[in-house]
Amino acid sequence: MAPRIGIVGIGHCRFGNSSEYDLVDVIAYSANDAFLDAGGLQLRKEVDQVLVGNMAAGLFNHQTSVASALVSRMDMEPCPAELVENGPASGASAIRLGYMAIASGMADVVLVAAGEVMRTVSGWEATNIVATMAHTEAEYNMGLTLPGFAGMFTRLYMEKYGMTERDLALVAVKDHANGARNSYAHVQLPVTIEAIADGENANVVNNYVAEPLRMYSTCPISDGSAAVILVNMDSPKAKLFKNRPVRIAGIASATDTHCVHNRKDPLVLDAVRLSAEKAYKMAGVGPNDISLAELHDAFVIFELLNSEEVGFFERGKSFLGVRNGETEIGGRIPINTSGGLKAKGHPVGATGVSQVVELVRQLRGEAEEGRQVKDPKYGMAVNFGGFGNNVVTTILAKD
Amino acid sequence: MAIDQLEAKLRPPAVELAPYPSKLITLASGEKMVVREARREDAGALLGTVYPLLAVPKDYYDIVAARMYSEILGWFRYRVANEFVIVGAVDGVIAGIVTSRHVKDGLGMSLHTLTIKRGLRVGAQLFAAKMEHHIDYLNEDEVHIVAESPIGFKRWMIEYELEDRSAQYPDLRHELGGVPTFTLTRKLWEAVKSAKCTGTRPVPAEVLKTANKLTMPEEYVQLPGWKRGS
Repeated sequence: MAPRIGIVGIGHCRFGNSSEYDLVDVIAYSANDAFLDAGGLQLRKEVDQVLVGNMAAGLFNHQTSVASALVSRMDMEPCPAELVENGPASGASAIRLGYMAIASGMADVVLVAAGEVMRTVSGWEATNIVATMAHTEAEYNMGLTLPGFAGMFTRLYMEKYGMTERDLALVAVKDHANGARNSYAHVQLPVTIEAIADGENANVVNNYVAEPLRMYSTCPISDGSAAVILVNMDSPKAKLFKNRPVRIAGIASATDTHCVHNRKDPLVLDAVRLSAEKAYKMAGVGPNDISLAELHDAFVIFELLNSEEVGFFERGKSFLGVRNGETEIGGRIPINTSGGLKAKGHPVGATGVSQVVELVRQLRGEAEEGRQVKDPKYGMAVNFGGFGNNVVTTILAKD
Repeated sequence: MAIDQLEAKLRPPAVELAPYPSKLITLASGEKMVVREARREDAGALLGTVYPLLAVPKDYYDIVAARMYSEILGWFRYRVANEFVIVGAVDGVIAGIVTSRHVKDGLGMSLHTLTIKRGLRVGAQLFAAKMEHHIDYLNEDEVHIVAESPIGFKRWMIEYELEDRSAQYPDLRHELGGVPTFTLTRKLWEAVKSAKCTGTRPVPAEVLKTANKLTMPEEYVQLPGWKRGS
């Protein structure tokens, strides 16, 4: 029987522009923050394995072997350390591999730290680097970028289900309201539906990025890091940490075709659905048990699609739930209480860990005033690698 | 003030420029920004707003602030020909400033764009207002433009798809630093105007009144911990 595995420390920096700092320092900041949260920096010596989530340090920072650099920077040698790369799902994949390391019996304490410093390059170059996750011949070489892909995806959804651009803006308004209360968020700025959708100036203030996606349908390019400390709750080492663990009840991943055009229906995200189904089964819960969710919304259409694939809404109905306020804090199923990638930011490799940090804060009851979900029991995070082709779903439980 | 003969010789020749009509833009935050042409009595507030940013090297605020300070002072003291200043104000507080000048019939020269209130595309809106003034109100056919920061280059040269004439006319240099100039043509402006330029006219009198007397910002995101008067 697998041991119970929980999170006893969380760390996070404010997302934004950290391009003047070294990537390893940025990641070490959150890792140290996690140890301080867990009881002190001396706990570094209890770690059996370090896993670092990062997508593209080689391209953004001309740097490799980031995990080796991190353990050395944090004075944690000779602890084993590896880098985990799964595109924008690198962070969640690192947590999943950390879980597996403990479940296998090879480790009792795992530090998972993830980060990305993207603003060393221009926005165009960052978009180009992120686009390298697409299929080289069929997609990237044809000029497809992630915003371009998401724009087509959004158009298809609008035509099929009757969603409007205003519905996309409503998601952004909700996410920005949450992000404005999150001290870690890149964009701590509420926006109004009048200003970005209804008003006379909205067409310019909220300009198109990849029609029908506009600036406020799209995440910013952010730097940042996040970290969690996983522990075998049944190990004597668990008692060394001051925090009551937040248990990882379910964690699973699934893949889909690399080429989006090979899917039967591009609007069906099989990898999201399958990873969620596996995580639900592992946790012994279903969609109705989830108190809040962090869903990967690099483009707001993904928040809607993901919320359907994990079972919160029927297919094609999620935007109606947004209209009704069901995904707001205090609603039926609060989504992206952190502000999501849309407002909190999306330092690609860090995002999966950042989502889990938000769930832990919520389940501990430590979110900022106005952002705390009332008495949450289970939190879910969906971290999207590629264009929905390598997805990790995590379910945390407050026991 | 009486202008004696020497002072008259120190001043560049000037033409009377058409006024820029004020407009109102609702920013993404819902805040209302009045965009209007600056008046001589605004000079103190404008200079006081720019001055603290001389200490911010990040994103080239220091050089833009230094040059803009000089441009506003030059405008105020009649040392720059045909210059105009446009300001954006939210509840009377200066959110951004642009400077520019009319060179001759049909030609304008963009000077600087300084964003004080960041994250709401205030600079982008004010740059568009500046181009609107040059082409739609001053009836110029071309505006010469250079950037002194990567953000500026991205916003103007790339997003407006400005003509790069550095190879065709290598000797045509912008007044700012002698850099080969980029050009916004009337044709380019007409192509991007609907996506770049907005604003509601006329501005309701009660809103315009809030921007009548400009106020310097108390704090700047560019200067964490800095507070005016401390």
